[in-house]
Amino acid sequence: MAEIVLDKVSKRYPDGAVAVRDVDVEIADGEFVILVGPSGCGKSTTLNMIAGLEDITSGELRIGGQRMNERAPKDRDIAMVFQSYALYPHMTVRENMAFPLRLAKVDKETVRRKVEEAARVLDLTQHLDRRPANLSGGQRQRVAMGRAIVRNPKAFLMDEPLSNLDAKLRVQMRTEVSRLQKKLGTTTVYVTHDQTEAMTLGDRVVVMRAGVVQQVGSPQFLYDHPANLFVAGFIGSPSMNFVPAGVEEGVLRGPLGDIPLTDRVRRLLTEAKAPREVIMGVRPEHFEDAALVEEHARAAGVVHRAQVDVLESMGSDKYAYFSLGGERARSAELEELAADVGIADLSSSGAGSLVTRLSAASGAREGEPVEVWFDPDKVQLFDPSSGRNLTYSGD
Amino acid sequence: MVLEVPDRRMSPEARRRAKWWFVNAVVVVYALLPVLWIVSLSFKTKETITDGRLLPREWTLENYRAIFGTSDFVRALVNSVGIALISTTIAVVLGTMAAYAIARLDFPGKRALVGVSLLIAMFPQVSLVSPLFEMERGLGLFDTWPGLILPYITFALPLAIYTLSAFFREIPWELEKAAKMDGATPAQAFLKVIAPLAAPGVFTTAILVFIFCWNDFLFALSLTSTERSRTVPAAMSFFSGSSQFEDPTGTTCAAAVVISVPIIVFVLFFQRRIVAGLTSGAVKG
Repeated sequence: MAEIVLDKVSKRYPDGAVAVRDVDVEIADGEFVILVGPSGCGKSTTLNMIAGLEDITSGELRIGGQRMNERAPKDRDIAMVFQSYALYPHMTVRENMAFPLRLAKVDKETVRRKVEEAARVLDLTQHLDRRPANLSGGQRQRVAMGRAIVRNPKAFLMDEPLSNLDAKLRVQMRTEVSRLQKKLGTTTVYVTHDQTEAMTLGDRVVVMRAGVVQQVGSPQFLYDHPANLFVAGFIGSPSMNFVPAGVEEGVLRGPLGDIPLTDRVRRLLTEAKAPREVIMGVRPEHFEDAALVEEHARAAGVVHRAQVDVLESMGSDKYAYFSLGGERARSAELEELAADVGIADLSSSGAGSLVTRLSAASGAREGEPVEVWFDPDKVQLFDPSSGRNLTYSGD
Repeated sequence: MVLEVPDRRMSPEARRRAKWWFVNAVVVVYALLPVLWIVSLSFKTKETITDGRLLPREWTLENYRAIFGTSDFVRALVNSVGIALISTTIAVVLGTMAAYAIARLDFPGKRALVGVSLLIAMFPQVSLVSPLFEMERGLGLFDTWPGLILPYITFALPLAIYTLSAFFREIPWELEKAAKMDGATPAQAFLKVIAPLAAPGVFTTAILVFIFCWNDFLFALSLTSTERSRTVPAAMSFFSGSSQFEDPTGTTCAAAVVISVPIIVFVLFFQRRIVAGLTSGAVKG
């Protein structure tokens, strides 16, 4: 077990393409850190550089205080779980799990004991003598985990280990991975493109875009205080609503009507030297059916009346979709996010739309107007050109 | 009394199957009839050899006794086995390494290398016989085992590289990365993970290369002059009858049967190792 330090680590390919630029992350001993971002953001390259499967162009990687840049993967004492599991098909489950120990020249009795212990933890005991081809996806995934845990490495690296499982099993394995990591207390770096996995699994999340770290922090901090448009749009599901707005004399003017700025927001805007045209972000869950809001809270907030386009009832909540007049918010970061999720995401494509999450008790109906309420203090404002969060009050 | 009229119509499925059965039968008969004929001739006596019957009237082992009675044939058999085995081993070992590099690594001149090896495979061997003859005489390789092994390796390598690189490409690269992460050196990763998975490909290639070397007649005839290195296909052409008016048909057929046996044994022996789908289960399929 050890801490992992990435000190200005970069990866540049011979053709000049930069995959990862100046990544600075310190991962504490026993911490569970998630690298998240859309495909091609450099998260897997970063993981492969920690593993030693890809060379580091510049910067330094330290594991347990020692420089690792020049060490071969086998000398770094870290285990990796691959997206495809990469089980050895010609070996039984037992042989697969024993492989790292056999290479380390551990004596037979210890190998047997450790493999059986790991198999018990992962509930694989009855499958030990089977071959990977005869196992289900979930079982193969557990064997891959088993092969990683048998030799008590300094750290685990996981490259989208759950993405090949079906949705239900993925949720189940997610808890399993989390429980296992807590039990073993081994430093873990986990790569995923799924923001739900990032939110639920990690102690800290590193959001990456185009090879650059956007923000590092606990899942809750990232959710509450995104540093920029990209993080704001990436974290949270359904993703944050973005609408263009103008700042005029203490009022935010946009398709949601005039929103009075609170003192806090006004102060932050002045400090940040905000432009007049901004992008306003409100999370779907910060809306509520105005009819269900208490009178004095309602007076303090903003009420927007509009016709419901689509209503999705999830049982526990209702998602109401509205279309807003006027242009939708535009920025390079939002375009990239939209491209990553595809055009299916209503909140970031199409002409100005709004997603709201209302209580199940809401009387909203499709095709009928409804009043939705939100707290203006929850509004986040972004600079359209740089994507910077103007209301960022973190640190 | 009602006459039962049998239903003469066949279901489309049965008709399709009958058609395939017929086609298969034609192919099998076409391929195996000459072989059976040779086997039959090899068991016939001198007197009945021209009777034109598939089943010999009189069975005899005389022809086999005759070929094994001469040192020429036994010596040629030893040459054949030795030369083919050595060539196969060297070609497969070199081919495995070359194919692995071609499938896995990106190095300058890779395309040129593949192109050149293809060129060698396409080169007409007949045109090389005279230059090789001259060169081998100059180098003292003429009529020796290495004199045949070298050209066999040259022509077997492209075949081996092609077959093997196709197999290596099928092996998921992540397995090798996983082995490295598990603490294997590159050599260990190759020997313990990649090589066992490539085994079916290696055996398939070995069979193809062995058959190529075993069956060669052109080089065996042109680059040898005595029983020192003459292989069976060449030696058979030197069989003679007991008099100049007699064809050595019986003994030739017996020799043909004898040299077919190792090939059949070789294929049957390695067939078990050629199990398709050995890599299934390595990665999510």
